[in-house]
Amino acid sequence: MDASAAKLIGAGLATIALAGVGVGIGNIFGSFVSGALRNPEAAPRVFGNVLLGFALTEAVALFALVIAFMILFVF
Amino acid sequence: MHSPMEQFEIKRLLDFRFGSFDASYTNSALWMTIAVICAFLLFVVGTQKRALIPGRAQAMAELGYEFVANMVRDNVGNAGKKYFPFVLTLFVFILFCNVLGLVPYSFTPTSHIIVTFAMAAVVFVGVTIIGFARHGVHFLSLFVPKGVPFVLLLLLVPIEIISYFVRPFSLSIRLFANMLAGHTMLKVFGGFVVMLGLIGGWAPLAFIVVFTGLELLIAFLQAYVFAILTCLYLNDAVHLHH
Repeated sequence: MDASAAKLIGAGLATIALAGVGVGIGNIFGSFVSGALRNPEAAPRVFGNVLLGFALTEAVALFALVIAFMILFVF
Repeated sequence: MHSPMEQFEIKRLLDFRFGSFDASYTNSALWMTIAVICAFLLFVVGTQKRALIPGRAQAMAELGYEFVANMVRDNVGNAGKKYFPFVLTLFVFILFCNVLGLVPYSFTPTSHIIVTFAMAAVVFVGVTIIGFARHGVHFLSLFVPKGVPFVLLLLLVPIEIISYFVRPFSLSIRLFANMLAGHTMLKVFGGFVVMLGLIGGWAPLAFIVVFTGLELLIAFLQAYVFAILTCLYLNDAVHLHH
């Protein structure tokens, strides 16, 4: 196989990490909504933590993006 | 059509070269300067009047100050008071760099890994020095979790040490990759608008409008995450395990 074709396939494979991140972000907001419905008074207090968890999870997706960019442009 | 990565190109505006050492004033440096000037205008000029009932600029500055002050107090406690100016400076600088980067035709200094890595490395080295200065050799107990059987420690201590040394990388890559991904995505969808023209171009255009709002949120969120992780690391160094 051509090296440039392998590169493109590798970059595409790197995006598989998004599956886990999708589960993670869905889990964060899903848990927040179910928790907020049970105890609406506590909801504003934990929203900061929700955003923090969202940002940390989203960063994992971006690590995959960085790997994809490295495969495409660095090597 | 231009490549979506072209917006991250660094251009020399003023040439300063000393032998092999390149200290040119680049567009990255220009936007960092603008960010610092904006922060100065908000925090020094905006609060100049010291009114009892604050105006808009003073209220914004006080809001930002209290936001970071609460963050440091909640996460590090009273011992963190000494480090508050550093955390506030980091937060405001990153926030202004991120938000100013959203202005069309501007440049985002935080979309370059060397900029974010420099800030993360300062945090990492500073936290390590603070830890050793406060606790001496006892600081190494940070790597040994309490109440764990000895056999498990053989596994956990290397993991703790690795996770400690990965901190500057995860801290810098998180910020840089968020900025890079957001701006690239906006540019790619901008390309779709041009390609689809008048017939279908409104759909990606509407997406860009919505996504710019999300990008504003992310610009703030990443500054917040950077600052709060700095606080958590400081807490580790100041209090060890608690």
